[in-house]
Amino acid sequence: MRLLRIVPDNTKFDFMRFRRISFPVSALLSIVAISLYFTAGLNFGIDFKGGTLVEIQTRSGPADLAKMRSALNALDLGEVQLQQFGAPNDVLIRVAQQPGGDTAQQQAVQKVRGALGSDVVYRRVEVVGPRVSSELLSYGIIGLMLAIFGILIYLWFRFEWQFALGAMIANTHDLVLTIGFMSLTRIDFDLTSIAALLTILGYSLNDTVVIYDRIREMLRRYKKMPMDELLNIAVNATLSRSIITHLTTTLALLALFLFGGNAIGSFTATMMFGVVLVGTYTSIFIAAPVLIYLGVGAGRDALTGDESNKGRERP
Amino acid sequence: MLYFTRVKAAAIVASAFVVIVFAVPNFLPARMVDSWPVWAQRHIVLGLDLQGGSHILLAVDTGAVRKEKLESLRDDARRVLREARIGYTGLLVRGNSVEVRIRDNARFDEAQRKLGELAQPLGGILSATGQRSLEVTTDGNLIRLTLTEPAILERVRQAVAQSIQIIERRVNELGTVEPLIQRQGNDRILVQVPGLQDPTRLKQLLGKTAKLDFHLVDTAVPPQTAQQGGLPPEDEILYSASEPKTPYVIEKRVMVSGGDLTDAQPGFDQRTSEPIVSFRFNTSGARKFAEVTQQNVGRPFAIVLDNQVISAPVIREPILGGSGQISGSFTVESANDLAILLRAGALPAPLTIIEERTVGPGLGADSIAQGKISAYVGAAMVVLFMFVTYGLFGLFANIALAVNIAMIFGVLSMLNATLTLPGIAGIVLTLGIAVDSNVLIYERIREEVRGGRTAINAIDAGFSRALATILDSNITTFIAASVLFFVGTGPVRGFALTLGIGIVTTVFTAFTVTRLIAATWVRWRRPQRVPI
Repeated sequence: MRLLRIVPDNTKFDFMRFRRISFPVSALLSIVAISLYFTAGLNFGIDFKGGTLVEIQTRSGPADLAKMRSALNALDLGEVQLQQFGAPNDVLIRVAQQPGGDTAQQQAVQKVRGALGSDVVYRRVEVVGPRVSSELLSYGIIGLMLAIFGILIYLWFRFEWQFALGAMIANTHDLVLTIGFMSLTRIDFDLTSIAALLTILGYSLNDTVVIYDRIREMLRRYKKMPMDELLNIAVNATLSRSIITHLTTTLALLALFLFGGNAIGSFTATMMFGVVLVGTYTSIFIAAPVLIYLGVGAGRDALTGDESNKGRERP
Repeated sequence: MLYFTRVKAAAIVASAFVVIVFAVPNFLPARMVDSWPVWAQRHIVLGLDLQGGSHILLAVDTGAVRKEKLESLRDDARRVLREARIGYTGLLVRGNSVEVRIRDNARFDEAQRKLGELAQPLGGILSATGQRSLEVTTDGNLIRLTLTEPAILERVRQAVAQSIQIIERRVNELGTVEPLIQRQGNDRILVQVPGLQDPTRLKQLLGKTAKLDFHLVDTAVPPQTAQQGGLPPEDEILYSASEPKTPYVIEKRVMVSGGDLTDAQPGFDQRTSEPIVSFRFNTSGARKFAEVTQQNVGRPFAIVLDNQVISAPVIREPILGGSGQISGSFTVESANDLAILLRAGALPAPLTIIEERTVGPGLGADSIAQGKISAYVGAAMVVLFMFVTYGLFGLFANIALAVNIAMIFGVLSMLNATLTLPGIAGIVLTLGIAVDSNVLIYERIREEVRGGRTAINAIDAGFSRALATILDSNITTFIAASVLFFVGTGPVRGFALTLGIGIVTTVFTAFTVTRLIAATWVRWRRPQRVPI
């Protein structure tokens, strides 16, 4: 049987040269993402903003959004958003957090139930009070920080500090771009988004570590090879694996995205972006070349990744 | 790397098999599993997002606990000073303290000592922390008793523990299956009731303190006079529970308290056929009730529930039997609910719902169906891809993948873990990531072959070099998953769990199952070239 070769043997791409393009592009994209975050912000879901989310299904025929909207607006509950959610008789209603603490949220739900009448089936009701939402947000942020910190410590322990730092730069870049993506697409930012961000972090690092492992192995074996060349060989050697794993993960995520339903739609969309689009790119074009600037291998030989030394004869 | 002793090989197969066997009860009807020993009955529990149900997080009103604690401290201080016949003025609650001024300077030290005796060691007599419930400070002729934070915290914890018991009794009356009621943090209670379509009634049962007291109505003061400022200090104005809200002037003193009730049942009044709640007191309650009704024939007697007057019937004759009935524009359901609340007892402090998540059974069933489809499609695509890319070795990888997924279910069952929709997503994602270990190994073998090694040599080297990388790279994802497990709640926690378990089983299968399959194949075929 002839097997599929997705990446030919012995590729010799000069990935390190791409850093002249990839670094400015990534820097630019990161700036765009950060400014998006500060201007447009994230579309906080009720987990972090508090408020009420109700998913209903009308029993008889498609939902009349206009009629529902006017019935709900008459309740004077502040901002009320209605949105068709999948099928034509499926509606998602968001009610902003009510002033007056936790009890007020419950009263708002009662009013909404009253206004919608008996023609609807309640598929989902979520009410998050102000106390819980602020806690969830701080837990989410603490969680992200903790994960980044924990992984940093682990990498520092397993590799040298330059690798730990390089991995962090690369993967913070992933998170920044993903947050930019979420800001741009107005995807609900809620607890599952934190889960998605942490998974992206773990997955990208997984990818980075595989390449770093190879770099470390080569640093031991080829004590005199210029850094550029060494990094190129390491990235090329692991390229086939990077692409294939990337493809299997994409297949799994694609299945979730297409068939997993609305409830985890934004979760998988975020992961598709972070894992499929950004993660692998970062490992190859950011995480590996950034090691040059962090001075990996600088001490082992007079020759470093510095371009000017490239042609010089080795002592 | 490729050599396994028989014992080792047997151990690998056996341990994988045992883990997988734990998954079996999930696929058998409950009827069959019920007769098994308890350890074998362990199975995966579907999360509320998949089976439908209500998740309600309640918080004890710490403000109310503090207030109650301070008021009882004030009453204790009054009692102590009166018993010792020490003159005082200005006994009041200020902030976190009770303050009192002692009139007679000569008896100041004695007063300070007596009041200081109100302080109790915290955490019971066996605790060695040395913390006490009160701090006593003085300022001129003023004595200030300040409640310490640990004292309030301890009271809140007690309130939570009592509330959990009462909530259990209330929720059990709903007749639902396997409700979960547990403490969260210091002042919270999580209530999860699976399979509940409409949580309105549950919330009504949880939201009521159900503090029932019997008070005399002060007929000497008309409500209008009282509202215009003529309220005697020993009275208070309370309103009726039913509309229109009628004011009553009620004596503050509790004549009989709901704590003395032993039973409450819904029923119907024999004359009017109205729904009522009949109740019975314990011995001391019955005695107090008899005394009050004997001495106050002709006066209205108010039944007060959570500071609202349910009814205030006139006492026509002494009630000596220790039982009575409450009527007051009930519906059949509200009479039934009141009976439930009275039987379960009053909460020590009001509870507030601070989070509610309810999923209807329809959405749950849809989510299960979607989860299944995406898992099947994801698995089919990954399996096909691996086979097309690696041929026979792809098949090996797919066997390892099947073992891996079966083991995830086995571990989830052993832990009696909860499977949520994001949890299913975690398993599907594991499908994609798990084969990575095989990809790493196979790519390394390809490389070693290109480097000029013989087939067996290359396979051996491929395994030994790739395994270190597999461990390193999976630990990072595992760190992320564990953090998520500890900060996440509900469905997200389910995701962290399956992802974390998936990583562990992936590393396990890579180090054992995949290697064992390859080793067996190598020994059997003695290959001259590697078919990848």
